[in-house]
Amino acid sequence: MIPELGNFALILAAVIALLLGTLPLIGAHNNRLAWVAVARPATSAMALLITFSFACLVHAFVNNDFSVVYVTQHSNSLLPLQYRVAAVWGGHEGSLLLWILMLAWWAFAVRMLSGQLPEIMVARVLGTLGLVAFGFLLFVLLTSNPFDRLLPGAAEGRDLNPLLQDFGLIIHPPLLYMGYVGFSVAFAFAIAALLSGQLDAAWARWSRPWTTAAWVFLTLGIAMGSWWAYYELGWGGWWFWDPVENASFLPWLVGTALVHSLAVTEKRGSFKNWTVLLAISAFSLSLLGTFLVRSGVLTSVHAFATDPTRGIFILIFLVAVIGSSLALFAWRAPKVGLGGRFSLVSRESMLLTNNVLLVVACATVLLGTLYPLLIDALALGKISVGPPYFNAVFVPVMTPLLFLMGIGPFAQWKDASIGEILRTVRWAFAAAIVVAIVVPLIYGSWHPMTALGLLLAAWIVFSGALNFTARVQKTRGGQSFIAAALKQPRSFFGMHVAHIGIAVFVVGVTMVSSYQDEKDVKMAPGDSVDVAGYHFTFNGVKAVEGPNYSAAQGDFDLSVDGKFQLKMNPEKRSYHSSSMPMTEAAIDAGLLRDVYVSLGEPIDRDKPEGEWAVRVYYKPFVDWIWGGCVLMALGGLLAMLDRRYRIKSRAASTVTIPAGSQKA
Amino acid sequence: MNRYYWILGAFAALVVLLSVGLGLNPREVPSPLVGKPAPAFSLNILDTPEKTMSPKDMQGKVWLLNVWSSWCVSCRAEHPVLVEFSKKVDVPLIGLNYKEVRGDGGFDMSKMPADEEKTLAFQRANKWLSDHGNPYKLTVMDLDGRVGIDYGVYGVPETYVIDKAGIIRMKHTGPISPEILGKKILPLLAELNK
Repeated sequence: MIPELGNFALILAAVIALLLGTLPLIGAHNNRLAWVAVARPATSAMALLITFSFACLVHAFVNNDFSVVYVTQHSNSLLPLQYRVAAVWGGHEGSLLLWILMLAWWAFAVRMLSGQLPEIMVARVLGTLGLVAFGFLLFVLLTSNPFDRLLPGAAEGRDLNPLLQDFGLIIHPPLLYMGYVGFSVAFAFAIAALLSGQLDAAWARWSRPWTTAAWVFLTLGIAMGSWWAYYELGWGGWWFWDPVENASFLPWLVGTALVHSLAVTEKRGSFKNWTVLLAISAFSLSLLGTFLVRSGVLTSVHAFATDPTRGIFILIFLVAVIGSSLALFAWRAPKVGLGGRFSLVSRESMLLTNNVLLVVACATVLLGTLYPLLIDALALGKISVGPPYFNAVFVPVMTPLLFLMGIGPFAQWKDASIGEILRTVRWAFAAAIVVAIVVPLIYGSWHPMTALGLLLAAWIVFSGALNFTARVQKTRGGQSFIAAALKQPRSFFGMHVAHIGIAVFVVGVTMVSSYQDEKDVKMAPGDSVDVAGYHFTFNGVKAVEGPNYSAAQGDFDLSVDGKFQLKMNPEKRSYHSSSMPMTEAAIDAGLLRDVYVSLGEPIDRDKPEGEWAVRVYYKPFVDWIWGGCVLMALGGLLAMLDRRYRIKSRAASTVTIPAGSQKA
Repeated sequence: MNRYYWILGAFAALVVLLSVGLGLNPREVPSPLVGKPAPAFSLNILDTPEKTMSPKDMQGKVWLLNVWSSWCVSCRAEHPVLVEFSKKVDVPLIGLNYKEVRGDGGFDMSKMPADEEKTLAFQRANKWLSDHGNPYKLTVMDLDGRVGIDYGVYGVPETYVIDKAGIIRMKHTGPISPEILGKKILPLLAELNK
């Protein structure tokens, strides 16, 4: 009964989404305020119905309702409760429902937090979100209904893929989808602005915190996925340039460009068309990512069960959403004023360079991702594009971007002096060069790429610190330095924290790719192996029982310089419901390095007490990769909590700044 | 018309590409061996390790060569289809056991003597067939994967259809589903056996 209620709620939600996607938009166009007023209540109703429907699916999983096909395919009565809940988004149908749930919540958040915005604007934003929601609801109802029944019901479910039975599944997809879907808000603001013709600084100020919020979620979601791959797959890698990883990275790159170009539009009224195009692109790339993942046009480790009808549906949806918004853009953009002018050296020009580089990076990743498809479509053969391509094209694009990151904050709006900036930052650059020369020598070997990575990271940190101090000194007056520092706006803190996050990330990537070490050995109980000064002694394996698996658990002693440090217990699990063996690596994480042990197979299957194949890794600074991402997200969080978004937005809604009025 | 329309054009091109892509299967890789003679080999037979078998022994018959391994998960998915096939269809199915031990990834081959690998491989292969049923007329053991290289094996399981003259007529990569068997392989076998 409950699954039917969930299904019914979903159908009702689709009807309401259609109303939300039509009446307020038409009302806004014809100035019918009664129709405009539909937007807010309809958004609430839609969010409520979708939440209810999602709860019904969770209920079916928690109570092991194996008369629902989707539950049977992705759960099992032995599965622990937290994974039964997470299994809701462990497959195609449920993860789409999660997508829709996120969309409904974002729309609801806009509805609640948009008190200061003009009603017409709110109606257009919510109406656009309603149309997007309608498309996805149709997709679920017509091709991927998670509530389909299996009659008669099965006695037991097939269980969730053991790879997914992990903490990572609980938080990675929700974070990632919050990011993906969050760009729909920036997209809806862009469409609303195009429809109204009001592309101005006020519009940029409204959409900026929403964009940053989506970007924060996407950053965390991607980082979480990378960390999960690192510890769960047992290969010690953290990024594989897999098509589905790329699909999440593309909107991130464009989203990062958008966050920066919104700054220009808000402060200077420039880049308006460009910003709108980025907002449309970020969400379009999220949709394209969905298409690539769900349609099966590319091979990937994230293999969803694919079905051609689904692919066709998403493609049609893609054409409708992206095609119509680009058409709207092409129609409206020529009428938009250019905004404030700026000289060749200015903060505007630097942010424009930042945008161009990020978009180029996005284009190269997109090209690499779609290239196999292109070659195949032209019947020129089958190829795959791997890390060598991506590393070769990505580093040269990112290097100037990271250099620019050190200078950009010093540049003034409108007109800046390159000589003055270079004079200010010369000591930061000199210090960075010292770091780039010395640190690799301490680590024992000096390579140009290692030095480059460290140079860039140190440069970002030093120039950032210099910029921060300079600004505090300038605004200090008679106060103490600390008091003046604490009075800086949150968005200024946010920028520096996010930039330092990039530096930390770069350090992690550089150090782990330069100095990691691994050994692949056969070990009998009593054997030991040394990697990078860490001494591992193998004491054998014992059998342990988990809730739905049995495992061989290895017992390793880790010691350094003859002193015992800790025990490490990697496992080789075999899950009862699927015979796939799973590796659970044991990781000792640390600020400066991880050591990582994973069990392979027993050399002789019948003698698990004998020799085992074992892999041990030394990964210097690897946690800095994800630590850097967390700092970036924290920076974004600080920026979106800036006071001006709460105070000035009221003023902005009453005194609308006409497009192009900020000419210098 | 204005200068922004090129964006629509670029998007249209992308849509064309994606819609063409929907009709393609990225996992289907054409083999350059189709239409060429099956590469020769001489490998030990699983049941009678002292004897060897080579494609020449099958001259004059249409036969199937199925590459499998006990560590290959998809092989297990495909296996019931093969067992069913061997019961119903009178076409010899030869198994090529591919890198039974060294393909497993869990062994340090530098420390394993050759005869130990051989004993272990035969043990594991026999156990697997007795556990899951044996659809093969016979299985030959490609311990080091050299024959696999000749045949261009890049993912297990793979299946080759070889005609009476010893020419490879079809290659299928990945598990054989009942659908592929019914729609592609069986019609081809019927035609070749005419």
